[in-house]
Amino acid sequence: MSLSTKHLLGIKNLTAKDIQLIFETADNFKEVLRRPIKKVPTLRDTTIVNLFFENSTRTRISFELAEKRLGADTINFAASSSSVSKGETLIDTANNILSMKVDMVVMRHSASGAPHFLANHIDAAIINAGDGTNEHPTQALLDGFSIREKLGSLQGKKVAIIGDIMHSRVALSNIYCLKKMGAEVLVAGPPTLIPKHIDALGVHVTYNLQEALAWCDVANVLRIQLERQHMPLFSSLREYSLYYGVTKKHLDALQKEITIMHPGPINRGVELSSDAADGRHSIILQQVENGVAIRMAVLYLLAGKGEDRI
Amino acid sequence: MKTLLDHHKFNVVIQRLSHQLLENHPDFANSAIIGIQPRGTLLSDRIVANLNKLLKTKICYGKLDITFYRDDFNSGGQIHIPNKTEIEFSLEDKKVILIDDVLFTGRTVRSAMDALVDFGRPQKVELLTLIDRRYRRELPIQADYVGLVIDSMISQKVKVYWNEKDEKDEVVLIDN
Repeated sequence: MSLSTKHLLGIKNLTAKDIQLIFETADNFKEVLRRPIKKVPTLRDTTIVNLFFENSTRTRISFELAEKRLGADTINFAASSSSVSKGETLIDTANNILSMKVDMVVMRHSASGAPHFLANHIDAAIINAGDGTNEHPTQALLDGFSIREKLGSLQGKKVAIIGDIMHSRVALSNIYCLKKMGAEVLVAGPPTLIPKHIDALGVHVTYNLQEALAWCDVANVLRIQLERQHMPLFSSLREYSLYYGVTKKHLDALQKEITIMHPGPINRGVELSSDAADGRHSIILQQVENGVAIRMAVLYLLAGKGEDRI
Repeated sequence: MKTLLDHHKFNVVIQRLSHQLLENHPDFANSAIIGIQPRGTLLSDRIVANLNKLLKTKICYGKLDITFYRDDFNSGGQIHIPNKTEIEFSLEDKKVILIDDVLFTGRTVRSAMDALVDFGRPQKVELLTLIDRRYRRELPIQADYVGLVIDSMISQKVKVYWNEKDEKDEVVLIDN
């Protein structure tokens, strides 16, 4: 058994079987991470480059840790301190790095489709660590894995994705992942932050926060991505937080216990209040912990495909 | 196809192996049994069940998966899907008995020894196997407790059937 793909470019082209395999492999890596020595030698002859053309804290550290826990050699690349600022193209940068015998590339880029472009042009396994407003597959996988861990499975679970759906690659990857695994998905936020025709993906839509919270088993609260909003889409952060900020008050008013998730970084007091982010409903820190296991699973399953990659 | 151990002999041999362990580990106070996943744990389950009947103390028992420690990860072919590792105690200073069903090239045992030390530094590591295919070793590894030694050709296969999985206890040698 192995993955149906040679690269992880998005959840869109994974099968439910692939996702299940990644989850089950991550279970084993989670056990490895609880050992006295949290490291296995599996990828000791594999070199991985982390190409980050966009800022990242969690994802970069998480990937780097996952690579090191698997015994791989890693190279870190940040666009701000590289020749990209001198005008080098993406392909030139990648090919130059590859000529130093690199097996895998983990890439984040502000342009949607950049990893797909790279996968067509260079001979290495590409893992998308976030491309523009398109996908962030490992985030969706770790979100799905965390829900599965908390609620037993994804089948039939109701997940609300709340906030800036328009600019969020996390939202799109999550929708694909959750739907493939049999969960029901609802997106909630101000009309200006929800793309038209998103219901074509088979998700419910609401503009009312209370309605979303009352419906769901899990609320995945997204960050307001001011850096991607090129025109004003709501009056002020204060107004946004008044209508769409999730607080402990909301959670206490519900008739049931729901789970709160957030992919980070949190704008405390905007989309999520501190008492909700740190309260008993939240599994935000478990998400971060699971991120390393999920990324180890993805790296492991893709690294073994080196022989037949073209 | 040749039967190496039939149902009756199969269970006599496992009884003997359990008693041999008791000779060297009279009370299992500082000893631990580790079965190698996936097929070695079927043997270790039986042996631990036997020992639990013979002893009053609880035995430290774990299961080890060696997938991440294999030496053939990048030699092409199918990717190996791991099994569960369950070792809920430290192996520091313990006398560890590794258990696998068939000892062949020795590569699995090498991987297992690499994996073991990630759970602490054992005082001693011993190896127990149901079938020892001698003269077929690719590494300098020998078992301390052996159910049955057989001579076989590299083209032949040894298949161990377990009641729990295969609805019979039997060991057969298959010609290819």
